[in-house]
Amino acid sequence: MKWEVIFQPNNLALYGEGILTTLALLFSSLAIGAVLALLFALALTGRSAVLRAVVGAYTYVVRGTPLLIQVYLIYYGLGQLEWIQARWDDIWPWTYFKEPFFCALLAFSLNTAGYTAEMLAGAIRETSAGEIEAAQAYGMGPWRTTWRVVLPSALRRSLPAYSNEVVMMLQSTSLASAVPSLIDVTSAASRVYSKFYLPFEAFLFAAGIYLLATFMLVGVFRLAERHFLAYLAPQKA
Amino acid sequence: MHAYYLSILQASLVTIAVSLASLAVAVVFGLLGAAARLSQDRLASAVGTLYATVVRGIPDLVMMLLVFYGGTMGLNHLMEALGRKDSVDINPFVAGVLTLGFIYGAYMTETFRGAILAIPRGQAEAAWAFGMGRRQTFLRITAPQMVRYALPGFTNNWLVLIKSTALVSLIGLQEMTYIAKQASAATRSPFEFFLFTAALFLLFTSASLWVLRRLDARYSLGTRRVSL
Repeated sequence: MKWEVIFQPNNLALYGEGILTTLALLFSSLAIGAVLALLFALALTGRSAVLRAVVGAYTYVVRGTPLLIQVYLIYYGLGQLEWIQARWDDIWPWTYFKEPFFCALLAFSLNTAGYTAEMLAGAIRETSAGEIEAAQAYGMGPWRTTWRVVLPSALRRSLPAYSNEVVMMLQSTSLASAVPSLIDVTSAASRVYSKFYLPFEAFLFAAGIYLLATFMLVGVFRLAERHFLAYLAPQKA
Repeated sequence: MHAYYLSILQASLVTIAVSLASLAVAVVFGLLGAAARLSQDRLASAVGTLYATVVRGIPDLVMMLLVFYGGTMGLNHLMEALGRKDSVDINPFVAGVLTLGFIYGAYMTETFRGAILAIPRGQAEAAWAFGMGRRQTFLRITAPQMVRYALPGFTNNWLVLIKSTALVSLIGLQEMTYIAKQASAATRSPFEFFLFTAALFLLFTSASLWVLRRLDARYSLGTRRVSL
């Protein structure tokens, strides 16, 4: 093992750049995905049958196909469409489709939105009838009930499942390395590997980075659960 | 153009083969892992816990590159040490199956462990009282009920596993995704080919869901369903 190669300044810098890209992809796709997921979840549990069917079909397709293919569809596929080709040289916002970071971000956001929406919709459906009846008894309308009673409780209850989704998303960002010219942790490792022919050192170091990030995320969620789900914890005598 | 669609269809058999072979490996690793985690032996349970935790914290792709490139190099060093001059290449199919099996074995470990814990302890005790040995208790009492409790988690793991096989294309296995990418590069019409591949994946996941739901109904016979 030649670990000293990994710790050469320029290789460490490459991994550092990778960490920044990975984290940027992770947090921005989670943020965009969360907003979309909230809207989708409301549609999935709403009254409109058309919206339910459309969003339901969307989450079914997103959750039933590999993320790698979704990335390819957006990165390689959309560029083929003449409609986009005619615009992506100078018309905003289509110019973004030429950027690898944007394509990866779009694929990841749409993907996590699909998974998170189903999870949230499940939590909304499981809201106990008593909570909703109590809100109605106070004279709240459907929107106010959703905003003040259903969502605060459903969002809290979906925290444990969401922490799984966040960890899965962290690992999914490694697919960014399938997009040329994007340097995330995995492609940094691939570059170090092909330059020095040191597969164990290069990929184990990357694995260590992901493992550390996973443990940190899990730790943060554990704290968040203790705070936001305190009311569901067993009562102390 | 049509020839490419045919090649993708043919490659879908490779996808199915990789998925099923990985599943078999994963089930073996999962049973071993669950047995280790539930064992009285401290070392075994520590190893089982370490396996389940560490593997689930590393991306599939990184693990696959590690096994494929690292394994090739390790094998070549071994051959050199043995005094052989020819170099070996790891088959991407084997590397993919071993890696996916090892990774999803960690997820299966958790599923199987939960399933075993869900079976009331009295059942095993009753089996012992009837004079059954450990193996007989496992085969006749624990295993059939484990299937019922493990099926939902198993279904989930299987669906994720099928989708993960797309990653094996990145180490050069010529399954659907790989062929679709080649076809896209050759014809400059990636959209159709990736969409076609996505549709095939959707078909596989939907068919699996259908089969596993029927199995679930079969194994839940005789359980009471209570609804509010």
